[in-house]
Amino acid sequence: MPALGSDMEAGTLVEWLKHPGDTVKRGDIIAVVDTQKGAIEIEVFEDGVLENALVTPGEKVPVGTVLATIRGAGVAPAPAPPQRVTPLARKVAADLGVDLRQIVGTGADGAVTREDVERAAPGPKAVATATPPVSAPRAIDMRAAIAAAMTRSKREIPHYYLSLTIDMAASLAWLRAENEKRPVTERILPAVLLIKAVALGLKEVPDLNGFWIDGGFQRGAGIHVGCAIALRGGGLVAPALHDADTLNLATLMQRLADLVARARAGALKSSELSDPTITVTNLGDQGVDAAFGIIYPPQVALVGFGRIVDRASTVAGAVAARPLMTATLSGDHRATDGHQGSVFLAAIDRLLQHPEAL
Amino acid sequence: MTPDEIKLVIVDALRRIAPEVDAGTIDPRAPLRDHLDLDSMDFLNFVLALHGRLGIDIPEADYARLSTLDGAVAYLASKGAAAVPKPT
Repeated sequence: MPALGSDMEAGTLVEWLKHPGDTVKRGDIIAVVDTQKGAIEIEVFEDGVLENALVTPGEKVPVGTVLATIRGAGVAPAPAPPQRVTPLARKVAADLGVDLRQIVGTGADGAVTREDVERAAPGPKAVATATPPVSAPRAIDMRAAIAAAMTRSKREIPHYYLSLTIDMAASLAWLRAENEKRPVTERILPAVLLIKAVALGLKEVPDLNGFWIDGGFQRGAGIHVGCAIALRGGGLVAPALHDADTLNLATLMQRLADLVARARAGALKSSELSDPTITVTNLGDQGVDAAFGIIYPPQVALVGFGRIVDRASTVAGAVAARPLMTATLSGDHRATDGHQGSVFLAAIDRLLQHPEAL
Repeated sequence: MTPDEIKLVIVDALRRIAPEVDAGTIDPRAPLRDHLDLDSMDFLNFVLALHGRLGIDIPEADYARLSTLDGAVAYLASKGAAAVPKPT
């Protein structure tokens, strides 16, 4: 059971989409798990053959529980090692009608214990949790998950906050001309330029891209920009746009539209929730000037964008009405200082002055 | 299409984005984005849905004319929504 965010403690298996004996490859969806954030599709991260499904639909298990075993591609089926089973476990298995061959032991030397057998047995608890949750408890669960993550963030992360006003005239003019050429189905939103500028800025300041884990900073393997998406009726998820620095604006727009649609329909993938390396929150649509966000642990930074609005500004010594936007950075002081944060916001500003290069 | 038929298409498009929308409760002169809490992605999806149903190309420069229900009906009628056969 993967941790789909630092606030998740357990998940309920809804169904298996692959079954023992099926060939699976990296990226395949093998199961659906119900969490506080809705139904999530679980992906595999290696090629091989699904050997054993160890959790049954309806079962709620803690994060870290082995859901299934996968035999690697090109590896012959392992000769079954002599299975160690405690005598009590053998008796309980017989009583409950559990197939011992389907169980991976957690006792000494991998021995199957009574607890392992009981966990594998379809008990009354499993039947009870198989009832599909209704939306009201889901909303309450999601509030609890957000509260837990944000409380942890405020308790553990020494935040610092920076803000920078960015002139958006160049970006908006370029986007207007670009969208005039595009059919309605291929138009690009300003948010896509902002996400791309964040992704490219992180290449220049990689210390803001990653995780604070076990007392140290771990740089992200890629630039996976978590996009805060408000759900109708309340709640929030921030799934990742993977490798945002490598995607052109048209592709990024398609991915963002798909991500928002799936977030609101409750059909996100496990990797999208587990591996964002930074979060971007764009509250400009709601009309606020600036958003000072709370970092989503274990990430170390969050970028906020406010609305783009015409204001008086000086250009070449003369006052003019310019479309201005406030960008903010919430940084984790354990990982970076205001200096790096300033360099990063300045990079976003510079990148947005040359939208054609994004 | 009559203005009432265009209005039905608009309300249907809005309900795909905001399922709680009730045709009877939309103030025809209120700004839709504020009234229904639509963000820019929602509004783009609204324009896409109108494009799909009515076959009308809506340039970005005209988005402001879709800002209220009454405005959208008038705009789409002027763009020839009446000439497009109602999809079955």
